Amino acid sequence: MSEPNHGRRFALIWLVATLIATPLVVVLLGPILPPGNGSEQASGKVTDNTVLLAMAMPVLLLVVIYLIYAVIFFRQPKGGVLEGPAVRGDSRIQTTWIIVTSLLVLTLAVYGTVRLEAGYGAGSGSGPSPVTVPSGPKLPVQVIAQQWKFTFRYPTYGGVETPHLVLPVNQMVELHVTSLDVIHSFWAIQLGVKADANPDVDNIAFVKPTKLESFEVRCAELCGIWHGAMFDYGHVVSASAFNNWIHQQEVTFAPATKVLPPYSTTYLPEPTRRGG
Amino acid sequence: MSLFVKKLLGVGAAVAALGLLIGFYVSSWASSFPKSVAATTTTTSTGASSELTLETVGTSGPKVSPVHPDWVSYLVKSQGRWVHSTIYTVPANSVVHVTIYQFDSPTGLRNPFMAQVQGTIDGTANIDGKAVSAIDPEEASHTFAVPELGVFVPLPGVSEEAKHPCEAGPCEPSTSDHRTITFSFRTGKKGRYHWQCFVPCGAGFIAGNGGAMQTLGYMDGYLDVV
Repeated sequence: MSEPNHGRRFALIWLVATLIATPLVVVLLGPILPPGNGSEQASGKVTDNTVLLAMAMPVLLLVVIYLIYAVIFFRQPKGGVLEGPAVRGDSRIQTTWIIVTSLLVLTLAVYGTVRLEAGYGAGSGSGPSPVTVPSGPKLPVQVIAQQWKFTFRYPTYGGVETPHLVLPVNQMVELHVTSLDVIHSFWAIQLGVKADANPDVDNIAFVKPTKLESFEVRCAELCGIWHGAMFDYGHVVSASAFNNWIHQQEVTFAPATKVLPPYSTTYLPEPTRRGG
Repeated sequence: MSLFVKKLLGVGAAVAALGLLIGFYVSSWASSFPKSVAATTTTTSTGASSELTLETVGTSGPKVSPVHPDWVSYLVKSQGRWVHSTIYTVPANSVVHVTIYQFDSPTGLRNPFMAQVQGTIDGTANIDGKAVSAIDPEEASHTFAVPELGVFVPLPGVSEEAKHPCEAGPCEPSTSDHRTITFSFRTGKKGRYHWQCFVPCGAGFIAGNGGAMQTLGYMDGYLDVV
């Protein structure tokens, strides 16, 4: 019996599997990928994760199907050990592999860069001078990290500082993330925001919440013994509820506001004094 | 005795010795955790309440902490004596009345926001007999804060010119200069809540947040709500 054309048969199996599996994965898995659709930035990340998954599927299938195909068709025949044929380089396969993987990597690099800039940093910290800044009104909110608690300052509301983060829905927010001691990372999970909090650095991230919901705030940088305790819950509320809340905070925290330093993008990280 | 048996015995002895060393390390690590101290609880028709009496000392002293006698620390009163522990047990859905004798000098808050009393029953703390809602951030020596319960209480320091400073813990309010801070807060549902000091009082460590600030039993601990 003549040997079948394994190359053609394998390519056909892989092509059919890819054409079936990739759309299925995009349609079924895509909508449930993290971080959800709590903000424009989070929705953008779901899209990006879906694109990456779709691009990874053919590669995954190539490896898995080849493994299964080899186990089935390239088994050691019964009746003795045979020396396999010598494997020599195949310039067609090598060239194809180099071109395809280079194209994949370059495509991802271009896609990532475009998405990052088109999404105003895509929810990540862009440093003190972001390359792209969204137009229109923005609500500035300062995120202040210290071992082991985040607090939040609203400079356009008298510089009031609050222990919890509350944001109005459908309003672009300009987060200024900084730290008073060591390196932390501000992670608002369902909003798709993650930005390093470094002492003496104003790390700016943009986010536009689109859904009335509660979200988790966590530190994403190992910052000491109680790093695991550095979490809280934030809330996205309607514009009117936000106005009520922030005015209530101004009253509640008036004694603290009196003793706070003037609003600044960073603060001196050293304590004022050291005791024994 | 054959060579194989000798080798077997040698390997067995090495494994047993290693096991003993690991066991010793694990047991000494486990026994280094402070013991939980229960608050004094009273139950009336209106509900449960408990009393927690603490003190803060700038220097633990060899009696309190032979390992780190120069570290700052909290102590808790239990059955009439001061105990070196920062794990406290209080009843769920109850009022906890806290008294803190503060013997340490000021360090200053890194974030002045913590200078405001938060999460207590009336939003104030009583400092040396006077109800206050905030202190001067520069005067803070320590804080007692349970972030998950929203409780933040700043503790002002003793003057650096005090005539009878507490040299080493434990100290008694009758003999050493101190500040007395009292406040009450409500506990919620059962659970383990982390509490800590927010003043960078770990002198001699980077950013003042090492040493006692990073070690259970000194400037942070757990509130076990049961």
